[in-house]
This record gives sequence, C-alpha cells and structure tokens, in this order.
Amino acid sequence: MNSNSVILEIKKLDIRRGGARVLDVPQLCLRHGEIMCLVGPNGSGKTTLLLSLACLLKRATGELVFKGRPVDGRAAALAYRRSTATVFQEPLLFDATVYDNVASGLRLRGISRQQLRRRVQENLERFHIGHLAKRSARKLSGGEAQRASMARALATNPKILFLDEPFSSLDPPTREALIDDLEHVIKDIGIALVMSTHDQAEALRLADTMAVMKQGTIAQAGPPEEVMNFPADAFVASFVGMGSVLKGRVVGSDNNIVRVAVADTIIESVGSIESGRQVVLCIRPENVTLGLPAGHDGDSARNHFTATVTRIVPMGHFLKIQLDCGFFLSTHITYHSREALGIVEGGTVEASFKATAVHMIAHA
Amino acid sequence: MELILDGIWKALVLLCTLDPETWRITVLSLQVSGAATLISLGIGMSAGISLALADFRGKKLLVSLINTGMGLPPVVVGLFVTIFLWRNGPLGVLGLLYTPTAIIIAQAIIATPIVAGITVASIQHLPPNLRLQILALGATRVQMIWLLVREARLPLLAAVMAGFGGVISEVGASIMVGGNIKGYTRVLTTATVMETGKGNFDIAIALGIILLGLTFAVNYILTLVQQHDRPR
Repeated sequence: MNSNSVILEIKKLDIRRGGARVLDVPQLCLRHGEIMCLVGPNGSGKTTLLLSLACLLKRATGELVFKGRPVDGRAAALAYRRSTATVFQEPLLFDATVYDNVASGLRLRGISRQQLRRRVQENLERFHIGHLAKRSARKLSGGEAQRASMARALATNPKILFLDEPFSSLDPPTREALIDDLEHVIKDIGIALVMSTHDQAEALRLADTMAVMKQGTIAQAGPPEEVMNFPADAFVASFVGMGSVLKGRVVGSDNNIVRVAVADTIIESVGSIESGRQVVLCIRPENVTLGLPAGHDGDSARNHFTATVTRIVPMGHFLKIQLDCGFFLSTHITYHSREALGIVEGGTVEASFKATAVHMIAHA
Repeated sequence: MELILDGIWKALVLLCTLDPETWRITVLSLQVSGAATLISLGIGMSAGISLALADFRGKKLLVSLINTGMGLPPVVVGLFVTIFLWRNGPLGVLGLLYTPTAIIIAQAIIATPIVAGITVASIQHLPPNLRLQILALGATRVQMIWLLVREARLPLLAAVMAGFGGVISEVGASIMVGGNIKGYTRVLTTATVMETGKGNFDIAIALGIILLGLTFAVNYILTLVQQHDRPR
C-alpha cells in the first residue's frame, strides 16, 4: 500500500436544507493513514461534512470514491460503511454489557464466534476496559463509555475512522488520557482518521491535515503549522488564534520589506507586494513582546509602538493583554512579566514585533 | 363485603372444580384477545416503526390521529364492525358476525392504534443519532430496525401490555359483534355483564376475579420477558 495514495475522495458535495446551502465542498481527498481534523465554529458544517464522508446522510449529492471505486447504490454504501467506522460525540452504547457492545459491529457481519471473541478482547485491552467487559454499558462513566464506543468502532478493523467531536463532553484529564490512547492506537494500526472538533489544541496535536470550515465551505486545508502560521484569509486567521487581524493598505516596499498603513501608523512586514494593495495583517500574540516605554534599544524588531493597555484578561497560566497602538494589538505574558513590567490597565508600554512575525494576506 | 368474599369463594370453586363453562369462556377470552393482540402487534409495530423512522410532510398529523385512536371507544368500533359484517354489509358475505373471528377483528382494531402510538413514541424516544450509529456499525436496514426495536424493548413490551390490557377488558365491541352466545362467543367480560344483569353477583364477581387473575398472569409473564437479559 502506498501511504501517499488517496483512500477516499469526495467530489461536488452540495447539501441544501430548505433552499439554503449548508455544505459546498468541490473536492476533498484523504490519503492512506492520514489524520484529518475538521475545525471551525459551531454551525460551520463540520459534522455534516463528516457524516457525508461516512456515507450516513440521506439526500447528500456528490460523489464519494473509496479506493478508486465510486460508492454508488445501497450495496456499495453498505460495503463502504462496513469498511469504515464512526464514533459520535455521545457514546451511543446499546443497553447491553460492554462486551456485547464491542461485539455488536462484528455480529452484524456474522463473523465466527472464535474470531469475534479474539477481536473484542483485543480492542477491550487496547482501550484499557477489559475489566469492564461484563458491566452494563449504562453504568459506565463518560470516559469509560467513550472508550467502549471507540473499541466497538475499531473492533471491525475499519480502513477509515470518523470521529465527530468525540472528546467534547469529557473532563480535561479524561480527555487527555483518551487522546493519548487514541493517538497510540491510530499510529499502531495506521488507519486514516477524520475528526471534527472545535478544539484547536486537539487538531494541532493529532492532525496531518487541518481543514478550517466556514459556513459550509472549506476555508483552508493544509498542514496545521501552515494553517496556523499562514492563514488564507481573515476568518481563518482569527479562528486559528491570530490575536490581531488588521486591515491596511500597502504604501511602499523595498528590500523585501513592505510598509503597510494601518489606521494612522505604519507596520512593516516581509514580502513583496505592489503599493496601493489592500491587505490583511495577522500577528500572533506570542510574537508580540512588551517592554517599558522607549526601552527597545538594541533589539532586532522593526515594529515598535507605544501602546495603552486597554484590558488584561487572565487565561489560566498566562494573561492576555489587549493594547491600543492606534490599532488593536494583543499579546500574551506571564504573571511574572506583568509584575516585572508593572503592567496595569490604562498604563503605557512599548509593544514590538518583528517584520517576519507579520503574516500578510493580499485581498483578491 | 360478604358478597365479595362469596364471589372469591365461588371463583375458587368454579376453577378448582374445573367447571366446563367457566374454563371454556376463560380459554376463549385468552384466545380471542391473544389473537387480537398478535394481529395488532404485527400491524401496529410495523406502522409505528415506519412512521417513527420516516420523514414526510403531514407526519405530525398522522401521529396525532394514531394517538387519538389510542382512545377509540370500543362501542364505536363494535358499531362499525357490525355494519361491515352485517348480512347486507360490505363484508356480510363472509358470514363472520357473531363469531369469535368478529370479536378478534374488533379487538384488533381497538388495540392497533394503542400499539402503534406507543411504538412511535418508543422509537422516537431513542437518541436521535442512534440510527446513524447503527448504520455506521455496518447494519443493513433490517438489522438497523431490529437493533432499534431491541433498544426500545422496555417501552415496546409496555405497548404489548397496553394492547392486551385494552382488549381483554373491553366489553362493548365483544357483545355487539360476538353476541355473547353461550358456548361459542361468550367471553369473560360479556359473561360478567350478563351475570350482573341477572343479579348473580357471586358468579359475576368470580368471573371478574378470574379476569383480573388472567390479566395479571399475562402481564407478569411479559414483565419477565421485558426484564430478561438486561445486564446489571
């Protein structure tokens, strides 16, 4: 098997409800062993796309091609669903023992009792729930139930696993442990995975490809680092946590340094683009450094602004500082740095960032 | 009080002495209502499952009609079945009026909306994504329906109990289409009405107690089936 070959392709997917278009995906490919995360805000179409890929939606138009063959007609759809598996946000276990739940997909395929026992046992152990085999699925905790649901899905040896926000109803430690186990299992068996999630951290941790969804379309798809650092538009930029997304106009450029007018100030960025173009500048909060006013002697940053602190928002281990530099800018600092710099709301600081820290998107 | 105790004593005597007439009407009641319940399960469950899984305009209206049918007055059913089976009626040629079959037809009509209504509610009460989850596990449509029914077995067996309870205890339709003919169409309810009318309260109470005992026995068996195989 060529690990780069396409296992699943969807073309011309177009879903409408009540006349309104809810999904419009001209083409999407999944490679063997690839982990694809669909991210986006609520209502962006993540689940609808996932269910379409899993061939579980009625009235979905478009063409699904699995291993080079179109999934067309009832028999092909059944065969395709028997080659894939889906885990939903709720575990959706049957009112039976954990063992019977994990065995349910295999029983539908009528496999031999001996093989069934072996596969169930293997997957119970894989997700560390062997000791719960005889327990009623109704008496499991949220984490145990989702483990049973994953074991049930993988017991059928799927070629592709679809996960619809599988961790969103779990508490952080349970989620962390389950993601760890899932990561090991997926790497171990090497199947392709498509997961919808609204949690970027999950996507960054697992994904080979990250697809950002916006109003039923894929706004950008690519490796996570590319999407995170080089967002294709302002929507993706703000969704992937670019703290500052600023509209501006190119006023000049030389030696690969572009000067952009934002409000009444000039920000320097790296690139080459003709003057007069409207652009969007994206600056990640972690690339903005703060210092005492006029304290930037000797640093290599090209952009320095005296800023007023407008808001300080605690974010757990760090603080988000919102600044007014004549334009909006945000940054993250530690509690220790706030003490050292004496940062208070209404106070003045020096904000700086390198020209290379500015990602510039030219308007079409 | 004395009357009731006399009734209980009479019931025991009638059953223990294997009174042929009492046994005959008890067995006929069970046969007629059992057959009517089975027919209503076949029609009501199929219709209820199809309706619960289907998605079409007018579904709510249809469900409302079925729910209204759950309270169908037996005498109205009796009236229409009588008209249809009457010698000159549309189905008069079958010669079914005043036969146990006529009672089965009337009782099946009474029980079907009860079974269908509870079936629709039971299937719709399952988690909305369960159907998709079952399909995703690789189920055919038949396997999917079977798994949904198995998942809804508790309320669905309640539908069986409600259907059987509705017909074993009804009297209006049975008397109208069966005629309470001794040794042929007399069932426990019609016999109780007749004995009460004749002032034979002890026999009426005895028959009532037998009816209650029969209903309890059937429901107890169904409850055992319902609770069987549930993991602890």
